Amino acid sequence: MTTPPARFDAREASQWFFRHGHTGWLGLRFTDQGDNWVELELPWREDLLGDRSRPVLASGPIISLMDMASGMAIWQASGAFKPVATLDLRVDYQRPARDRASVRGRVECYRRTRSAAFVRGIAHDGDPDDPVAHVAGVFMTIGADPRQQNPALNPAQNRAQNRAPQGDDADA
Amino acid sequence: MPDAPDISDDLPAYARSLGIAVCGEDAGMPVLTVDFGPMVEGRPQHFHGGATAGLLETAGYAALRTALLASGRDPQMKPINITVQYLAAGKSKPSFAIGRITRLGRRNANVTVEAWQDDRSRPIATAVMNILMV
Repeated sequence: MTTPPARFDAREASQWFFRHGHTGWLGLRFTDQGDNWVELELPWREDLLGDRSRPVLASGPIISLMDMASGMAIWQASGAFKPVATLDLRVDYQRPARDRASVRGRVECYRRTRSAAFVRGIAHDGDPDDPVAHVAGVFMTIGADPRQQNPALNPAQNRAQNRAPQGDDADA
Repeated sequence: MPDAPDISDDLPAYARSLGIAVCGEDAGMPVLTVDFGPMVEGRPQHFHGGATAGLLETAGYAALRTALLASGRDPQMKPINITVQYLAAGKSKPSFAIGRITRLGRRNANVTVEAWQDDRSRPIATAVMNILMV
């Protein structure tokens, strides 16, 4: 008996995505979603500062936040987790985030073709009408590799992967 | 030609905690590196695009800082924008990056950055950054 694959759900997938790897290290959190958009939060943290003169999140982690929200917006829009690769990502910084502020990244996938997906979004620190940054990006779908299935949609593999050694990846 | 100023201790907290370090220099500009590991991993055994962008951006600032110090300037640098082009997947091995100053003006600098792994002539990603100096 086969069950139809579950529709991609950003909230559900976040439980797995942010448990390990780069986004786990950053401590990304799911905050909200729509039919074709996803919002994630990058919590403020002392060791993610970009400038020793001010307690403001560095721009690097904000790119990671927006890259991740972009990928998830694409999966949210298509309803399926298919590996995508970032081709081009542009970030225009409007202003520094406020001192000790977490930053939220809200990205929508506004157009998908057979092999490309286009995204745009904003990063904000509380008021979406006063963004910290605007982003625009293009992603390509890449061939599905059976070794790299999404654990979020495959509970059996999930358990296997969580048992697999992950180096020093244990949550601090 | 004088040696490039050592900016190893000048990397921001974010770069240091991600494991980015200066590993050499080329044409007076610092070469930065980051090892592969869980902190930079996106899909299994590959660099996360955000981590690659973080390395590129850090190398861009390091290049600009180096050029500014060499000309006796020490302004605060503020990001205006960055455009990252991803050319190939970052595999599970160290990545390197170096920035080049395309134009150094009074208020604005335009910096291009390249990242590679085994083969310098086959970059995995490039970036163009505009940086404001105040």
